Parts: sequence; C-alpha cells; structure tokens
Amino acid sequence: MIDVVATAARPATPDWVRRLPEYLMIWVPLLLSAAHLVTFSLWTIWISFTPSTLVPVTGWVGLRNYTSVLASRNWQIAFDNLLLFGSAFVLLSLITGLLLAILLDQRIRGENVLRSIFLYPLAVSFVVTGTVWSWLLNPGIGIQKLVHDLGWTSFRFDWLVDRDMAIWTIVIAAIWQSSGFAMALFLAGLRSVDADIIKAAQIDGAGPIRIYRRVVLPTLWPITITVVVVQLQFAISAFDLVRALTNGGPGIATQLPALVVYDLMFQRSQLGRGAAAAVLMLLILLAVLLPYAAWRYLRRRRATHA
Amino acid sequence: MRERTFAPSRLLIYLVVSLVAAAYLAPLVVVVLNSLRSNEEIAQASMIGWPQQWTWSNYARAWSGFCVAETCAGIRPYMLNSALVTIPATIISTLLGAIAGYAVSLWRFRGDNWIYGIVTLGLFLPQQMRLLPWTIVLRDIGLINTLTGLVLIHTIQGLSFTTLFCRNYYVAIPHELIRAARIDGAGFFRIFWRIILPLSAPILIVTVIWQFTHIWNEFLYGVTFTTGQQQPVTAALIALSAAVADIPQHGVQSAAVIIAALPTLLIYLLGGKYFVRGLTAGAVK
Repeated sequence: MIDVVATAARPATPDWVRRLPEYLMIWVPLLLSAAHLVTFSLWTIWISFTPSTLVPVTGWVGLRNYTSVLASRNWQIAFDNLLLFGSAFVLLSLITGLLLAILLDQRIRGENVLRSIFLYPLAVSFVVTGTVWSWLLNPGIGIQKLVHDLGWTSFRFDWLVDRDMAIWTIVIAAIWQSSGFAMALFLAGLRSVDADIIKAAQIDGAGPIRIYRRVVLPTLWPITITVVVVQLQFAISAFDLVRALTNGGPGIATQLPALVVYDLMFQRSQLGRGAAAAVLMLLILLAVLLPYAAWRYLRRRRATHA
Repeated sequence: MRERTFAPSRLLIYLVVSLVAAAYLAPLVVVVLNSLRSNEEIAQASMIGWPQQWTWSNYARAWSGFCVAETCAGIRPYMLNSALVTIPATIISTLLGAIAGYAVSLWRFRGDNWIYGIVTLGLFLPQQMRLLPWTIVLRDIGLINTLTGLVLIHTIQGLSFTTLFCRNYYVAIPHELIRAARIDGAGFFRIFWRIILPLSAPILIVTVIWQFTHIWNEFLYGVTFTTGQQQPVTAALIALSAAVADIPQHGVQSAAVIIAALPTLLIYLLGGKYFVRGLTAGAVK
C-alpha cells in the first residue's frame, strides 16, 4: 500500500520519458522491418506500372509491362519450367522424405548418423550444391565420363546439355539438397503418433503395413501440406541453384521466374518489366500461400470450437 | 521370435537406407577427393576418382593464390567479407529479435499484434520484391557496394525470423513470472536481462545457427549489391567458375568449394539438433 502511494507521489520525469529507451528498442526495429516490407512491396508494384528502364521514372503505362513480360518467350519458358520443376521436385521430395522417415522410424541402428547424413545438404549453400552437381552431371567430366572410362562407352547421361532434359538436373540437385527437410518433418510426425492407437491396432491383428496405411499415414496429411507449401515456396523463388547449375541454359531451356526478374532488372535495364515480373512471382506465391492460410485458419477455428 | 521373422525385411531396410545415405554423401566425398587431386589428373580422368597422388597445394592456391577477375588473392578476401557480413548481422538481428519477441509475447503493448503480423509477412515476401527498393535506398544512403549495406539488409530482413522464433518460444513462459517481477518494480530491460535472457539459451542458439547459415549462404543480395572485392564468398564462387570456364581448374575449384562450405557445415556438425529445430520452427510458422 505504502509502496503504491510512494510511486504515485514521485514527481520527477513523466512516465513516457522514463520509458523512452524501451519504446525505442521495441518500436524502432519492428517499425523498420514492417515499414520496409510494406513500402518496398508498394514501391516495386508502383515501378511495375511505370515506363522505367535504366532508372526508375514516374509515369503510368498501365499493364503494358505485364503484357510484355507475359508475352515474352523468356517468361513463358520460365513459367512452364516452374510448373514442371515445382511439381516434380515437390512430389519426388515428398516421396523420398516420407520413405526415409518411415525407414528411420523402424528402430534401426545408427539412426542419428543416418539422419545427419540426410540433413547435411541443408547446411550447404545452393551455390555450392549447384556448382558440385554441375560437375557431376557434366557429361564431359562427370558421371557419364566415369562410366565411359569404366568401359561402357555407349552410356549416356547428358541431361545438363540436353534442352529437353536440363530442367531435370535442377530437380535432382534440389531433391538432394532439401528432401531431408521433408524427412525431418515426417519423422517428427511419425514419432508423435499415439502409441496406444498403434498397440490397439496390433492387438486387433493388423500387420505393420496395414497399420501404416490405415493408422499412421492418415495422421500425416497436415504435415504433408506444410511440406508442400514450404517446398513450393522454395521452388517459386529458386535462383541460386539454377544460377550455379545451368545458369538458365542450355540457351534459355532452364529459365525460371527469378532468373527472368534478375535478367530484366540488372542485365537488360528494364526496371519496369523486371518489377512486373517480380510482382507476377508474388502472385504465383500468393496462389499457393492464400489457400494455405485459409486452410490453417479454418483448422484452428475448428480446433478451438471442438 | 518376432525378431527372427522380421530379419529379411530388416536387412532390406538397412540395405536401402545405406544406399540412400551413400548417394547423399557421394557429392561431398567426390569434392573432397577432387580437392586432393591435381588439375591435370582430373582433366585426364573424370571428376569422380581416387587421388593417384595426394595433392595438398590446391588448398593453398584456393585460399590465397588463384585469380578472380583481375585480383589474385584467392578466396580469402571473400571469406573475410562473408564473415564480416554474417557475424554482425547474426548478432544484431538475434538480439533485436529477442527483445522484440519478448515485447510482443510477454510485455504486450498497443498495436503489438498488428506490427508482429506485418513483420512475419517478411518470411514469405520474395527477395525479388525488395531488390529495386534496396538498390535505390542503398545508393541514396551511400551504402551500395559496401559490407555495411549487406549487414543492414540482413539485419532488417532477419528480424522477421528472429522475432518469430523468440516470440514463439517466449509465449510459453508463464505470465505470472513477469507480473510478479513488475509488481516488485522491475522494468522492461531489467526483466529481460534478469529473467528472460537466462531462460533463452536454447532459442538463442537456434536463432543464431539459423541466421548464420542463411546469411552465409545467401547469394542474390550479395551478387546484386556488391561487386569485385566487396563480394561475399557465394558470389565469388560463381565469379570463379565463370573466370576459369575456358581452362577449368577443378582441383583448386573443389578446394574453394570446400572452404566456402566449411563454416556452415561445421556449425551443422556441432549444433545439428538446434539446426533441425530451427528448420521445423521455421516451417510451422
């Protein structure tokens, strides 16, 4: 009681002055971060509607930058590649990740070591991954050369220089780099399945495969969706990996949206079009993220109502 | 009894797992072996092979000898650049993120949910949406082509992650603890320093590892905002491959790749548990 009176009676500095340092420490970083996200997004969107080329200029060209990007062969190839690369990479890394997680979940020896091996590529940069795989997949010095030297001279594995197959080299490298991520999430999901349910199923006479199919795997689908969304997010903005592995080639056969953006902005000095391509990338991303956010929201609401 | 009936299938499990593990390790092994072979030896055979003659000089040349563009100082200056960007940006963004996460989760203030919501959007906004504005801002404040500029970018962008990590960790701390301390007259910083920080070791390790790995491995900003001698090591590796495209020096290049990947690989080896925790925490945002 006395304490409260004493505090209230303290004259000195006003409350907000005393608390200024903490306000600054809380607000300055948060405001800087939030402000840069909002203003930079709006800024890029604005540039995408201007006739900017070498430097940003004011002016309004409506959707002209968008139509010209969408009509360019570069973007069309990039978009087709994204569809192929995105779906193949996500699907294959889901399968690889789930398979590895199930195998590791069989109480095998050396699980920790194996898990570390499957996850270490995630610690390596995409530049390193891309560089290393560009050597391995290069028919002149990599796997094909090795097999030829061993005597099988008709062996062909030259996807890296094959226009139609080159995109698959990016799929291979991307799976090597990040299927461990899917494995880690799936393994955590498998480990959190209620042991009692499994025991009950065993008592009912269900074999291990049946238990997996009927009891364990159905609990994994929320994790599956999370993995898909995270991997798609990576696929949509993939840049470093492609830059190091194929640099968009041969020709423009492995072009992807992020490379188109960079090319327009910094190599062709088409700032307006580059910004338009960046906004298009954002729209593609939103087409994945918005349904995901809605799904998460509905799930959480259902969980709180239940 | 049960073990015996399972034996063949368990053998199959071990076989499959070992094969996949070998496939995951193969690229690393190949590059390590190449870094110990001479350029000529690799040129005669292929990238995949056992060293006929162990060559250690590749590392010395990669570290301080070979030429990128016009300068022949090896990979060392670029490693230094990466360290000078990564270490400050990691420390600052982690510290500010911890304070922000603490303020948002335990202190509460008007508008906290709003600003936190906006900050976490940074996890999703593609870098491409920020490239042009950053270029203009960095030029205006005179930080284009400087390491300080990269530190600034990585600090501000990293805040989205660090704030999220710390906030999600701090919400689990009982509010009564804070309330009791406030009644005793402890202020914002005192509570942070005395109560929150001592509880934070696990999440700070996760955050530091996450930030370090991501900033060290980052390429797009490095290649966009810096040139020549100011580039981080990821950008320098690409420049190196381009520079030697005519006469590849795969032994030296392999050594350079190993050196460039070593810091994050070491951190992964030492703090694997926390590394994985960061991955899953980042995913379930």
